[in-house]
Formats: sequence, C-alpha cells, structure tokens
Amino acid sequence: MDYSMRKKLGLALYIVFLFIPIYWLVIMSFKGTEEILGGLTLWPHDFTFDNYHTIFTDSTWYMGYVNSMIYVSMNMAITLVVALPAAYAFSRYRFIGDTHLFFWLLSNRMAPPAVFLLPFFQLYSSVGLFDTHIAVALAHCLFTVPLAVWILEGFMSGVPREVDETAYIDGYSFPKFFLRIFLPMIRSGIGVTAFFCFMFSWVELLFARTLTSVDAKPIAAIMTRTVGAAGIDWGLLAAAGVLTIIPGVLVIWFVRNHVAKGFALGRV
Amino acid sequence: MSLVLDNISHTVNGESFLSNINLTLESGSFNVLLGRTLAGKTTLMRLIAGLDKSTEGKVILHGKDLTDVKIQERNVSMVYQQFVNYPNLTVRENIASPLRIAKVKGSEIAKRVQETAAILQIEPFLDRFPLELSGGQQQRTSMARALVKDASIILFDEPLVNLDYKLREELRSELRGLFKERNAIAIYATTEPHEAMALGGNTTLLHEGRVIQSGAATHIYRHPDTMEAASLYSEPTINLIKGRVTDSGVSLENRVHFAMRAELEGLPNGDYMFGVLPSHIGLAPNNDDDLELNMTVELAEISGSETYMHVHNAHFELIIQLNGIHDYHTEVPVKVYLPTHKLFVFDLTGKTIQVPSSIQKGAS
Repeated sequence: MDYSMRKKLGLALYIVFLFIPIYWLVIMSFKGTEEILGGLTLWPHDFTFDNYHTIFTDSTWYMGYVNSMIYVSMNMAITLVVALPAAYAFSRYRFIGDTHLFFWLLSNRMAPPAVFLLPFFQLYSSVGLFDTHIAVALAHCLFTVPLAVWILEGFMSGVPREVDETAYIDGYSFPKFFLRIFLPMIRSGIGVTAFFCFMFSWVELLFARTLTSVDAKPIAAIMTRTVGAAGIDWGLLAAAGVLTIIPGVLVIWFVRNHVAKGFALGRV
Repeated sequence: MSLVLDNISHTVNGESFLSNINLTLESGSFNVLLGRTLAGKTTLMRLIAGLDKSTEGKVILHGKDLTDVKIQERNVSMVYQQFVNYPNLTVRENIASPLRIAKVKGSEIAKRVQETAAILQIEPFLDRFPLELSGGQQQRTSMARALVKDASIILFDEPLVNLDYKLREELRSELRGLFKERNAIAIYATTEPHEAMALGGNTTLLHEGRVIQSGAATHIYRHPDTMEAASLYSEPTINLIKGRVTDSGVSLENRVHFAMRAELEGLPNGDYMFGVLPSHIGLAPNNDDDLELNMTVELAEISGSETYMHVHNAHFELIIQLNGIHDYHTEVPVKVYLPTHKLFVFDLTGKTIQVPSSIQKGAS
C-alpha cells in the first residue's frame, strides 16, 4: 500500500471513530426503550418513529426548540448590532486606553460563567425579566459580544483605511459608507461571528436553565427532565439530541467557507 | 480661480510634517509634487482632500476657506498608490458610485461611465469585479472613479508606483492628455524626477516638509535655486565636490587643481561647493580642459539603456551616467573626465551661484 492510500485509510478510520457517538445517538432515537436496554444491537431491529412523534406533538417538547431559537436569534441580532460599531471603533480609531479596553473585553471570557449566575438571577428576578427570552439573550451577550468584537475587529482591520477615505471623497456619508460599502466587504466576518454566537448560545445550558422556568425554557433544559416514574426514556432523549444537532449542522454548512477564512485571519 | 495653500503647517505628536507651505495652484493646471518619501507629499494631499486637518494655515479654493468644509462637500477626488476600489461592486458600479451618491440621473450616469471607461480603455471589464482584474486595470478603475465626477481638485498620490514599467509609461503619457480639456486642478505626487520631467507642468519640490522650489519643470532644471533643489531634481543625483577658488585657480578637495576659466571668472576667492551632473562626466575626454581623474569602479548598474557607474578614489566619490550598456567589473581602475566648463557653483549655505551655460540654454 502506498503512502497516500495509507493516509486516506487513516483518515477514514479517524472519521469513523468520530462518528460513532453520533451514529449511536441516531440509531437510539429510532429504537424503543426495551431494545435500548435489552442488549447490544448495531442497528434498530424494531424501527420506530414514536420518539420523534412525541417531540413534534407534545408542546412541552417542541416549545423548547422554539424558545431556544427565539433567544438564540435575539442574541445574534443584539450581538451584531452592538459589536459592529465597537469593532469599527477599535479597528479605525486610536483613543485613550483602547488596547486595554480591547483586552478587557476579551478577559470577560476568562471568568467562569457560574460567577455571573447569581447576580443575573437576582437582577432579572427583581426587574421582572426572569423567564423571558430577552433575559437569556442578554445574559449570553456577556460572552458573545466580546468574542464578536474580537473576530470582527480582525476582519475590519483587513479592509484598508483608504477604502473608507475613498468613500468619503466620493461623497458617501458615514452611515451610507458603512452600510453600502463596508458591511458587504466584511460579510464573511459577519457570517463567522453570527456562527460563533449561535454555537455559544445554542449549546449554553447553565444560564438558559437558571434564568427560565416555563415560558422561555430551552430544549437543553427540557432534555434533562426526561426522568419519569418509569425511569429514563432513552429513545426520546436520543431523538431530542438528534434534533438539537441538526440546526448546528445547517449553520455550519452555510458558513463553512467563511469559517475557513476566519481561521486564516487568526481570530477564531 | 485657484487653490491657495496659505501658510500651512502640520504637526502630529510634536513631529513636524509640513512647515509653512505657501502655494498657489491655478485652475486647469497640472501640478507635480516631487519629493522623496517623508517629504510630506501625501500629508499635503490629505490636507487638501480634507482627510486630515492642518494644525496651522488654510486651504482656500476659489476664494473660499475650506478649513471647515467636510470631505464629502469639497468636491475633490483622489487616486492612491495602492489600488483602492470597492471589491463588492462591479467596475461599472465602482466608477458610477460618486455619481450615484450625488444623485445624478441614471441615463446621465450610464453615459458618463461609458465615456470615462472608454478614455481609460477599461470598457471590456465594466461588468467584472475589481479583484478579477490586473493591477493596471484596477488602477485604471480607480482613476476612472476619480475622473468621472467633475471634481475641482484631482489628487494623484504616486498612482503609478505599483505598476510595471511599460504600463507606467503608457498611463503616464495618457494622463496629461486627460487633463487637457479639464478645468480642474490636478496634483500629482511622485518621487521620481524623471516622472516629474515627463509630466511637465508646474513642479513643486518638497523636502522634509518644506517647499524647496516651485516653478515650471524645465525652469527648475535649468535654474535650481539651491543645491538641495539641484540634487533633488537630478537623477542620478548630482555629484557634489568641495572646492576652493584662489588667485591661482580652482582646487577640488584640495587635491586637484585647474586654472581659472572664463565660465568661473568673477567668483570671489573662497570656499564653494561644485556640482557636476552624472551625465556630464565621461570616460573619454570631450574637451581640452576636461579634468582627468584616476578612479576605481565600485559598481556599475544598468538602468534601461543607460549605465550608472559609481567610481571612487581616496578623495572623490562620483556617479557617472553613460549611454548604452556597459559591463564593468568592480575594482577596475578607470580614467574619468570631468568637464570643468560644466560646473554648478553653490555657496556654502547651499545657494546657487552659477549654473553651467549649457544647461541654461536648454541642452543638457
């Protein structure tokens, strides 16, 4: 076997190895509880859609997805609206303490999320934000905004300042320049940033669970409640898990090229 | 109708970039700013465009003080050394963008874009994106964008530097033509005396933030005010030699003597700086009174169809410009002939006292 064949085989084995847990999750979601607990089967002998049926018909289940999507979208929108001007300022202007402020933003990411849990909970309870979508979205902004500023600043600094100046000379006002010339130029960066916001907010459990109870309860929190009187409903849990992965897969598919560019810029 | 730079000084963080610039540029004129890097060419252009604000002085266009006028309202255009275009717009939209923002009618825009693209020969690429074009085409696109609107001031900041040699010559010769019928004030910055000379027009020599001399290109060449002007405006740089005039004649670097000659008659005794253009020194005597010097070749570089030879001996270091291509090995001894009737004379403060008559008459 020549070298390239061996390399391909090695890679294939590695990918198979990576996919084992996902494969297991998928086949579990098509099995009944008896089969899951009954013994080792490599594919569902008793194929069933019951688990998915339960999720799509029971509002306590599917509302979990809706809630998650609502606050994730809110978080992405808020983060971009806040981070775009901030990143522009960091990339284009020199002001007192700019480097310190930039680093401080990033250092927010160094604190364990649990530290902020109690203050958020108390604050939101007292101002009546508890168990709302915006509460979770805002709490997540604490982590996504610094990351977004950091990533976007990298992309914006890649645009020569002369482009800004040329636009002003051509007669563009700042808002027109920003919306019509600048944003399209860094659309990869915006895609990458939105992707990272999504990734964070979608899988984050601690804040999402603590700051909600009923109305805005995310899917990740609902999944922890499958322990019923009859024990754990493994099949249902697996089906919910599969459905949780799918949005992530879709998002990654759309931004995969941009992410590669983001890595190349060294900011991701 | 003119652009007046009134006593402009620019200082950033205590570092002076421009000091006391006073210039008047007429409408319809082509002006060249010549200076090395850090001379302040770009700074001056940015002040005129309104991208920076000078610490002192005023920019006055047609009698109106531009100091507090925003960039968008100054009606200038600018072409950078780098190729600056909007990558997400097609070439057509790039060129149209200043007109669109000025709310010109659609049919009018189409017409003017087409005309400008035709002048700059980029019609075939109008529907492509700038990054799909070659460097020369990209720069033409940004020139087209600068020319499409009727700007009162058009600034070119070394626009041809990043292009290859042939393309540079081609675009340069087109450039002058583009301004023939316009009533705009064109300002073109360059580091190369050759380019300044080829473009002609009004030339302003800048050095370390000061105006050294300003005037017609040929005038500066024939009548440099100072040693600095002569050395900035010669390519390769004029050779400067310390010398002394006494009753018995002239001595250079206290080593080489020659008898007083008619051209230098009238110079009072004393110390001077003598200048001789590299193209005036030869490897064969041209004239009876050429000064023969024994030198060693340090380096012979070929530039186009000319050879620049750097020679030295214990007392002199000279650059010689020779026609044609010559191969010389380093450390080879050569005899060079310095024409004593073609000497520039400067006093020790750098003021020009005398320019060789052959230069003044126009022949170099």
